[in-house]
Amino acid sequence: MKLARDEQEMLDGKQGRAKQRGMEILAQYGEALGAERLIETNNVHLLIGFHPYPEMVTARDTDELVSKFFLDTDERIMVDYVKCFNTTHIWAMDIDRWQAMGAPESLHELMEAIRKYCIRTGISITATCTPYQVGNVPTNGEHCAWTESSAVPFCNAVLGARTNTETAHSAFAIALTGKVPLSGFHIDENRLGTHLINVELAPGSVFDWNMLGYFAGETVQLGVPVYNLSVPGTPSLSMLKGLNAAGASSGGIMMYHIIGVTPEAPTTEAAFGGKKPEEVLSYGKAERKRAYENLNSAKDENVDMITLGCPHYSLEQLRDVARLLEGKRVHDNVNLWIWTAHQLKAIADRNGYTDIITRAGALLLTDACPLVTKDIFPEGIRIVATDSAKQAHYTPGVAGYDAWFGTMEECIDCAVTGKWRGELR
Amino acid sequence: MSRIVLKGRKVVGGASEGEALVTRQTISTWGGVDALKGIITERRHELRDQSFAGKVLVFPSAKGSSGWSTMAQVIRLAGKAPKAMIIREVNSLTAIGAVVMRAPTVTDLDQDPTEVIATGDWVKIDADKGIVEVTKKV
Repeated sequence: MKLARDEQEMLDGKQGRAKQRGMEILAQYGEALGAERLIETNNVHLLIGFHPYPEMVTARDTDELVSKFFLDTDERIMVDYVKCFNTTHIWAMDIDRWQAMGAPESLHELMEAIRKYCIRTGISITATCTPYQVGNVPTNGEHCAWTESSAVPFCNAVLGARTNTETAHSAFAIALTGKVPLSGFHIDENRLGTHLINVELAPGSVFDWNMLGYFAGETVQLGVPVYNLSVPGTPSLSMLKGLNAAGASSGGIMMYHIIGVTPEAPTTEAAFGGKKPEEVLSYGKAERKRAYENLNSAKDENVDMITLGCPHYSLEQLRDVARLLEGKRVHDNVNLWIWTAHQLKAIADRNGYTDIITRAGALLLTDACPLVTKDIFPEGIRIVATDSAKQAHYTPGVAGYDAWFGTMEECIDCAVTGKWRGELR
Repeated sequence: MSRIVLKGRKVVGGASEGEALVTRQTISTWGGVDALKGIITERRHELRDQSFAGKVLVFPSAKGSSGWSTMAQVIRLAGKAPKAMIIREVNSLTAIGAVVMRAPTVTDLDQDPTEVIATGDWVKIDADKGIVEVTKKV
């Protein structure tokens, strides 16, 4: 990989050890990708507030801890100030309500240490899987470097900005240096469609877009699907959030097109760049049924826990769930945890949604998510219900629980009755 | 014993050899792997409950979570890393994942490694030269 003069300077240590370490990682990463060169970025979504095994390394202080985990070195590297504008992915627990969710004091102390590190080094704590909901909305064509597999297709497909799915290590190196390897979805031709999916049904709900994404991910894997809707319509943010998360769980969809909807697909021809699709697929009743069945791993209708907000609930979803819970009471045998971004909870507080949710006996939580807080779940959880294909997909592999997948309405019915009564309609 | 030589390019340098564990399905290390045990846990994966520790892992690429390199590092720290990796098509997740896994890794081979190599074959890798030597299991 060719380095520009300023990049070589960084690699030579002329701009400090932290940038040098970032450039060392990028040089290896770029070579691993087969990238010819690096390009500039000023928009990074970092992963720094969560690690599944924080006890895995010993460190005298946060600088050493961050160096070991995120700069992948035993050398204690002092970061002065991160170069790029950045936001942060989810943290290990609700930063404010950690006690309500039963998180241990030790985790709170670790999160406080990381929080102080972030403040000192210019890292913006948004603590969400949905940066695009809380102040990081890239512009058309902007080169970004985002973690979170469900946020990446939002950046690429919905906004027309450009990113690959970055990770804790690559994103930190990119944020330190302001450089990202020119590869994958930063390059025009890689953004073109590979598979045409004729969507024969009209996906009119978040539930349906989740299943469409789950089918697509499993089918196209690393491809770029082009959705051709037989019934024209414009999906909402909540629907696309579900589509994106599902397709990046059963597969690795980082980019897609919806003909007539997303910015790089005014026509089928534009979506494929005039080329023929590698494969033409149909999504109809049978495919929908298979996605539904693949998502439902649970058999026991007695549910212990319902978790909503994967990815973090939108304002629309918070309004809807508050409406469904108004005057209701969560069953004694179950827990209902609803996740959103800190900033959206502030709006929910002001609008009374939080009061309604809390009065019903549920928790409205922020910053983390059900997939990273399984160790903090109340004891005795065996069966989880959710309206998220992503969560239903990962729950058995991550936590060992079986999952029910259905609509928000079915999840709330389950929360109130303690029984899963969902079905494919 | 039949031998096959594949040529490709380095992802992460080094040389190693070992028994192949092959899948034609993509892998998500976060959410699909028990990193401390080095075992695939994804519910509908063809390698479910199988260990990749000390094997030469042959797979198409990464899907899923951006926690890929976090878990690749955990796998390495837990001593459960594969001896080497052969990836059909590198993407951002597998590229940085291989870097922090610190296992010799190759990609862009002249034949599809998930077709040519079978689980149990003996595989020798010189990642710096991009060469893979496969000795078929009899």
